[in-house]
Amino acid sequence: MSRMPIRMTVNGKAAELVAEPRTHLADLLRGALLLTGTHLGCEHGVCGACTVELDGIPARSCITHAGACDGAAVRSIEGFDADPVMAALREAFSAEHALQCGYCTPGMLITARDIILRLPDADEARVREELSGNLCRCTGYRGIVHAVLRVLAERRGTAP
Amino acid sequence: MKPAPFGYARPGDWPEALSLLRDGARPLAGGQSLGPMLNLRLAQPATVIDLRHLPGFAGVAVQDGYCRIGAGTSHAEIEDGAIPGRLGAILAGVARRIAYRAVRNRGTIGGSLAHADPAADWVAVLPCFDGAAIALGASGERRIPLADFVLGLMETALRPDEVLRAIELPVLPPEARWGHWKFCRKPGEFSKATACVLAVPGEPPRAVLAALDMPPLVIADAGALLAAPEAEAARIVAGLALRDPWRAALVRTALHRAALAAWEMEE
Ligand SMILES: Cc1cc2nc3c(=O)[nH]c(=O)nc-3n(C[C@H](O)[C@H](O)[C@H](O)COP(=O)(O)OP(=O)(O)OC[C@H]3O[C@@H](n4cnc5c(N)ncnc54)[C@H](O)[C@@H]3O)c2cc1C
Ligand code: FES
Ligand code: FES
Repeated sequence: MSRMPIRMTVNGKAAELVAEPRTHLADLLRGALLLTGTHLGCEHGVCGACTVELDGIPARSCITHAGACDGAAVRSIEGFDADPVMAALREAFSAEHALQCGYCTPGMLITARDIILRLPDADEARVREELSGNLCRCTGYRGIVHAVLRVLAERRGTAP
Repeated sequence: MKPAPFGYARPGDWPEALSLLRDGARPLAGGQSLGPMLNLRLAQPATVIDLRHLPGFAGVAVQDGYCRIGAGTSHAEIEDGAIPGRLGAILAGVARRIAYRAVRNRGTIGGSLAHADPAADWVAVLPCFDGAAIALGASGERRIPLADFVLGLMETALRPDEVLRAIELPVLPPEARWGHWKFCRKPGEFSKATACVLAVPGEPPRAVLAALDMPPLVIADAGALLAAPEAEAARIVAGLALRDPWRAALVRTALHRAALAAWEMEE
């Protein structure tokens, strides 16, 4: 099948690729751009490992195919180095033991950052609900939930 | 889990989209159902038509007592209040329980209805409103009552040469009562049984039972259900002759709880 030109902004930089329309965004990032921080678990939208920011909001990169990404702005986990919310989350994930193997972590962090910015008043029940689309096989979620609550509390200026 | 090869088309206007459709291409909205189906090779279209860049695909407009919701309006936009008033508040509550935020960010109300999974939330809830699906074809727009839109498992009243353009729902008064119950074992899962009840003052209350492996069951006058929720839910569900007793219990309980939720708002 014929390939098509795909122009995207990836982590702030212009990227010009040529790809088959059926290639999904995670494979574009990992295979063509060697940004392997985006992980693939289920490849059908369920596990959340592949979550990236697409045009400013979280999306599953495994079920968004190349054609639909032409002209889009993508931010993968590698694009958050200088982001203060992500910096706080990295600290909190480490302090709260919110990862073991790390496979789910890039998607968890992008989802967690969205929770913190969109729902600054979220309580534990809401954080758990919002994290329910990201599966972790290692931690049992407790540490992840606590890490998100810790950053929410820091930003509200209250103790966790 | 890679899709079979397909071509990609991004029409700039609706006539171009319709002409691609007549050539047999498959519409693509948020891709949150079609994407998995492509990856699993359950769908192998020759070409997909990306509807997302068409003018007016997403967005909400209120006119003459009706709210017109563009088919491309995302679940997340509805969750965040894109639809005004009491109707918007009801739909925001439904939207928030669909899948997960990353899926809601791209998945659309029209894509969900056109996909016609009997367990999907919009499929279950929209027939409770006395509204219409707006289909667009070569000869213009056509209104299909929402209660007649889903015909069966992944089967709708859309003709092969039509797209779903919008959904039109009546604006609701602030006093409209609403009850909704979705059974699922994990947040964001597809429903195991859904019921909803809408009571607008001065109109017969309506109810819908869904996620039944058949089109949603619309109860056009649910007055008896509001008068005696438990007994009437049992009577309605007994009439469905569901094979599995656990299933019947879930459906009956969903209907009972939805009716109670609508009822309690009055107090
Ligand atoms: C992990 C996961 C969990 C989910 N959980 C739920 C849930 O709990 N409840 C729920 O309701 N849904 C759930 N969904 C499905 C989700 O709501 C989808 O967004 C929705 O079903 C499809 O909308 P879409 O815009 O993504 O459509 P697409 O996937 O783009 O299209 C779906 C189908 O509709 C057709 N189509 C799309 N738009 C139009 C149109 N305007 N006119 C004609 N045909 C059209 C396409 O050709 C395709 O056949 C889930 C999805 C995922 C990935
Ligand atoms: S790999 Fe995309 S959701 Fe699982
Ligand atoms: S840390 Fe291993 S899957 Fe989450």
